[in-house]
Amino acid sequence: MQPAYVVETEQLSKFFKDKASKTQITALTDLNIKIEKGKLTALIGPDGAGKTTLMRMICGLMVPSEGKLTVLGRDITDRPQLVQNLLSYMPQKFGLYEDLTCQENMNLYADLHGVPQDVRKERFAKLLHMTGLAPFTGRLAGKLSGGMKQKLGLACTLVRSPSLLLLDEPTVGVDPLSRRELWEILKQLVSDEHISVLVSTAYMDEAAMCQHIIMLNHGKVLANETPEALLDVARGLCFVAATPPGIPARNLQAALLDDKENVIDAVPESGNVRFTVHSTDCIEKLAALKAFPGLQTWPVDVSLEDSFMMLLKKSETDPDDSPEFSLEYNKMPERSDQVLIEVRDLVRKFGDFIAVNNTSFQVHKGEIFGLLGPNGAGKSTTFKMLCGLLPATSGVLSVAGMDLRTARAQARANVGYVAQKFSMYANMSVKQNLRFFGGVYGLEPRHLNERIEEVMREFNLTSVAQKSAGDLPGGYKQRLSMAVGLIHRPPILFLDEPTSGIDPVARRTFWRQITAFAAAGTTIIITTHFMEEAEYCDRIMIQDQGKMIILGTPEHVRKEGGNSRTMNEAFISIVETNRNAGT
Amino acid sequence: MHDSLSLFLRRVLFMIRKELITTLRDPKSQIILILPVLVQGFLYGYVANYNLDEAPYAVLDQSRSKYSVELVSKFDGSGLFKRARTLSNATQIADCIDSGDTVMVLTIGPEFAKQIASGQSAPIQVITDGRNTMTSGVVAGYASAIVANYNSELQNNQNLIDVKSITWYNPNQLTHWGFLASLLPMMSLSQIMMLAGLSVAREREDGTFEQLLVTPLGPIEILIGKAVPPILIGLAQCTLVLMLSVFWFKVKFVGSLATLYLTLLIFLISCVGIGLSISAISSSMQQVMVYNFVVLMPIMLLSGMSTPVRNMPEVLQYITYINPLRFAIEAVRRIYLEGATLGIIAPDFIPMVIVAAVTMPTAGWLFRHKLS
Repeated sequence: MQPAYVVETEQLSKFFKDKASKTQITALTDLNIKIEKGKLTALIGPDGAGKTTLMRMICGLMVPSEGKLTVLGRDITDRPQLVQNLLSYMPQKFGLYEDLTCQENMNLYADLHGVPQDVRKERFAKLLHMTGLAPFTGRLAGKLSGGMKQKLGLACTLVRSPSLLLLDEPTVGVDPLSRRELWEILKQLVSDEHISVLVSTAYMDEAAMCQHIIMLNHGKVLANETPEALLDVARGLCFVAATPPGIPARNLQAALLDDKENVIDAVPESGNVRFTVHSTDCIEKLAALKAFPGLQTWPVDVSLEDSFMMLLKKSETDPDDSPEFSLEYNKMPERSDQVLIEVRDLVRKFGDFIAVNNTSFQVHKGEIFGLLGPNGAGKSTTFKMLCGLLPATSGVLSVAGMDLRTARAQARANVGYVAQKFSMYANMSVKQNLRFFGGVYGLEPRHLNERIEEVMREFNLTSVAQKSAGDLPGGYKQRLSMAVGLIHRPPILFLDEPTSGIDPVARRTFWRQITAFAAAGTTIIITTHFMEEAEYCDRIMIQDQGKMIILGTPEHVRKEGGNSRTMNEAFISIVETNRNAGT
Repeated sequence: MHDSLSLFLRRVLFMIRKELITTLRDPKSQIILILPVLVQGFLYGYVANYNLDEAPYAVLDQSRSKYSVELVSKFDGSGLFKRARTLSNATQIADCIDSGDTVMVLTIGPEFAKQIASGQSAPIQVITDGRNTMTSGVVAGYASAIVANYNSELQNNQNLIDVKSITWYNPNQLTHWGFLASLLPMMSLSQIMMLAGLSVAREREDGTFEQLLVTPLGPIEILIGKAVPPILIGLAQCTLVLMLSVFWFKVKFVGSLATLYLTLLIFLISCVGIGLSISAISSSMQQVMVYNFVVLMPIMLLSGMSTPVRNMPEVLQYITYINPLRFAIEAVRRIYLEGATLGIIAPDFIPMVIVAAVTMPTAGWLFRHKLS
């Protein structure tokens, strides 16, 4: 008889030794879960919660430290190969051979898995049809878009029909349209082939499509329920507050988020602010009512994200030591028509590949300007050209009134930059890093010490001043990067994907800082692949496949996108209209 | 004008300080900078030696006479040779050489005593191992010196011409003298190419280079900031080798320290230029390692350190003109052993300065314009 569960764990734990600090890191503790057969199960939780560790243990790539792990009815530590023959695993970064064509990649994986020739033909045809890759079999995998690469990765993973399919964040950084298509494929797999699927994801709308949800945080299970049951957590506690005219939605969101006594979470949505409260009577006591008398609020339907954030925030026991940035919530921002950044007909080619095609936009003083788009859309290339890290093939680029071609050093002096990857000197201390960057930005020696002390206070770094930057915990690293970016008080701040790879709570804290900087008059250019973060921006530009597909306020974008409620839907609608118009 | 100059200097100083901190803060890299210098210094001092002491040899004495015994005792008593085998017939000769037990076989023919007594010339045979031409040459030279000595004794010191050779600057012809002097530039070359080479590539890998490029630092400031620390470290390493050579191996330094350091400085600038250029075109540290390997090998071979430049094919001799190591070794040897003055070695600076003048600006330009 086949067991009813594909994965069963008993007191499963995993520890790692940290070589640098010689301490033990706990990735998972006392996990007791059961994953049902033939179902689509989502694994959610912030980065570092232990999702990947669990997946890797299930497929026998890691040995559990303690406890029992049964996969497909067998103890995985016993004979891992027997289990591995029955499951397929797609890691976060799937090993596609970029110099092989789609067909060659699939052949290769079929060879590796020993799929017989006669089975192959039918299987390939089905997979190609399902993934929509049939027209591209002759194309090199390296030349595919991010979404297509993931689909090809999935096709390669599925060259044989597994009993259990494990997918580790298959949709990170993939455009919303491809994400939707990938999930269609997954749902079809479960219904047609009765495959059991365990998929980890950072997107709550994806988790909502699953039949079961397991939520992890700090190596522990926070929830193990159906989506319906999970929704009950926040049911009746979700509200929307109307943004008063002339005030950016992010200011109201900041006001609500800062009100920790009453509000659990707040996020801008469709121009207003969605928030959750501890109990329904909190709505009368909102601190935001002081700043915004007569603030209108009304209850809304619960979403999975609300429940998720609620569980997450409640489970955070560590005292929050993130710095506070004061903000006058109800202060109208000074609108200025002064153009700080001007981009005209910008083109960047790499060989015959056009990474950025004829892009023009302006950024005004005091704005938060968002460059949005999926991975590979051209936003990083655009961003690098703005920072002077990459010369443009053609077009005009000026930053703070200075042409990037002729006066790059002066243009750069006006800009603060925070890279996507942590890029401070790892073996220099926090203070040495700040001193170095302050020094090369030309701060006067007598002001330098003062300024270092000031930013260390502002970003709560004083306690780690002498620590090597590389040894800092993640949150501190980002604060140090921000502190370095702002050490010379630049009028413009460039942020490259600052929110990728950080957990949702930290993302809220991060945007709260940005809101404060914007209110203080700093112009901010930010790239992100989280479409919903557009709601924090004053204006956004969305790029897809190197082309600028829309430019305007979030409201304008939603309207153009068929009056969509969310940015994701707007993106899908705009891209579809665009692509249809193109063909 | 004054303000912008002081700003420039300040930025450069911050760069240099940062480079020194990132290179030296790690205890592991401190070891890497000192240990190989000491190891190579000792190795060269003790191992790189063409001189032979107590070289094992075999004797086939078919004469068995007063003369032959006298001659063999000259060999045994020279300190240069040590008898390893005494053979009884000619068939044993091959084995002595083939097995590598002896480096030379001395054969004295049966007619030896008769020929001497009758005043004829008496040939003896010296067989050496040609598989190592260096040793075989030295051994043959030693043998003829001993024979010549005995010869003159037999003729009651009535040699008409007596060659008394004196090797200047190295009277005892100790090869490690020359090697230790060449080690100064050679050692710092390989270390500096590595340091300078890795400095930009490591930053590219860590992502810190982009963070550096978005600051207002100009290419010249970055270039100087990147070049000075490896040069300082290289000079410190040279000092270490110099002290080892003078105080441990007792090789007397007869030149002027100022001239020596000026030469090393100019040489190191040209090396840093090469290293930084390699670094700027590489996108990973691995790539730097490969390039360094490819570049260092010919630089060493074409330097004239172990094989004279005059023996190279003519084309290669011209190529050595772009090799800074060749001129550095030449200059340092002369300063160290001969006490050559600045005026004498100044022409050696020209090729080094030209290499530096080409590679430094190239590296500076490549920082920003590396093809992506």
